[in-house]
Amino acid sequence: MQTKKIINDGNRSVDEMLEGILAAHPRHLRSADGSPRAIIARDGPRPDKVGLVIGGGSGHEPTFLGFVGKGLADAAAIGNVFASPPPDPILECAKAASGGAGVLFMYGNYAGDVMNFDMAAEMAAMDDIEVRTVLTTDDVASAPRDQRQKRRGVAGNFFIFKAAGAACDRMLSFDECERIARKANDHTFTMGVALSPCSLPQTRRPNFEIGPDEMEIGMGIHGEPGIARGKLKTADEITDEMLDNILDEMAPARGDKVAVLVDSLGSTPLMELYIMNRRVKQRLDEIGVSVHATWVGNYCTSLEMAGASVTLMHLDGELQAMLDHPCDCAMFRAG
Amino acid sequence: MTSIDSVGLKRMFDEIAAAIDADKDRLCQLDGVIGDADHGIAMALGFSAARDALAQLDLAATEPTALLNTAAKSFLNAVGASSGPLYATAFMRGAAAVKGKAILEDADIIAMLRAMAQGIQDRGKAELGEKTMVDAWLPAAQAAGAAQEAGKSLSESLEAALAAAERGAEATKDMIAAKGRSSRLGERSLGHMDPGAASAVTIIRAMRNSLA
Repeated sequence: MQTKKIINDGNRSVDEMLEGILAAHPRHLRSADGSPRAIIARDGPRPDKVGLVIGGGSGHEPTFLGFVGKGLADAAAIGNVFASPPPDPILECAKAASGGAGVLFMYGNYAGDVMNFDMAAEMAAMDDIEVRTVLTTDDVASAPRDQRQKRRGVAGNFFIFKAAGAACDRMLSFDECERIARKANDHTFTMGVALSPCSLPQTRRPNFEIGPDEMEIGMGIHGEPGIARGKLKTADEITDEMLDNILDEMAPARGDKVAVLVDSLGSTPLMELYIMNRRVKQRLDEIGVSVHATWVGNYCTSLEMAGASVTLMHLDGELQAMLDHPCDCAMFRAG
Repeated sequence: MTSIDSVGLKRMFDEIAAAIDADKDRLCQLDGVIGDADHGIAMALGFSAARDALAQLDLAATEPTALLNTAAKSFLNAVGASSGPLYATAFMRGAAAVKGKAILEDADIIAMLRAMAQGIQDRGKAELGEKTMVDAWLPAAQAAGAAQEAGKSLSESLEAALAAAERGAEATKDMIAAKGRSSRLGERSLGHMDPGAASAVTIIRAMRNSLA
């Protein structure tokens, strides 16, 4: 039994989606000449600005290309569903984003992405574009705390890219942009839960099995199995389990500030996300941590998976200013 | 003694593409258990792109090195993912191993196979026992090399490679993943065959069928 999807041809879904996105957002986005999977900001790349190139597999919309625009990323390289883009479109993004001050590559920590982006960085170096890489590793469920560099990047990408994009837009030096990008990653923590699987357009089969009364804590955004499976709990219990893990690592002091993201993995509705956010706010109030800003909705999805994640970014004055910095992207605006 | 020219190498890619396409669903299912269920799709996409790119070549005017480099580039650009850089590197190393030869003889084919395995290991930085395609490719290359040094025929050497790859893939069931997406699973990866090792067996079997 195949899953139901509104598609034409599973093998053409990514390219047809891109055609639709470019048709909807001509003021913000274009594709590079001859490289339809390199999506470039109409406004953003400019001389002497550090370029920011993000990217990864499709299926996470609005991540990645929805965050391309003035004040955030200059370009996004788009892969097949849940698969890293190959080096060529990444290289085209680097060329388009380069203003002569260096280019930052930022993407989630996955083996395939690392290989393809590293190959593209080597090719960019041959074109005299200096590339530095900052991997996102915000998923606390994906490796122990002393192995942070092994963790994968998930919904917290949104905060981390936002902070780095602001640093680049403020014309800071390459060193400063890289420092702020790394700091943003170090200050960002995410934990997710999945209730039902997703299915790839090419197979239209659920990509894992889960009982009708079960949930999986720590599920990855590609439907990778998580770290533990259990009976479905209430919104407050689920949110508490996520926050217990996040707050244990973040260790905020009374009076500290955070930014909150409650993200849908695809099909979980806003109603459930806001019920979770209610609990997030209660818990933070209890420990005297104030919420500087909250985002709730579809920011980093996993096709039609049901589930959600909670991300907190531990703010200081610098990171707060970067989050508040204006940006104007196809699928996200701030300031 | 076997002699393989560019026509023979193209036939090998045709055979691999057909074998992987037939195996696509099983590979996706294996990947669904411990990964993200797309391995069969990526591999089928890559080898069909390679097959289509090779079909455009004038084989009479294309040496094996150029053919393998064409396969590498087309595979990489169609796929990305992990398998794109890994197999693109394999074909490029294979290409370098037979540089300057118009006809590949037994020793050249074994050298190509060994260079492919080495390329996969270098690009992915995986060691034996980490539950990856290296656990099939490396024993296969070693077995082929050993058989050839012992004076076996190409057919016998590739048969030894296939048997070693099958044993290696089977052994991944008892390994805890240490590289790639499934490494986040820890002990939950036990008991399942690595999909990259499974597809490596399919490829090596198609190479044996085509070359031997």
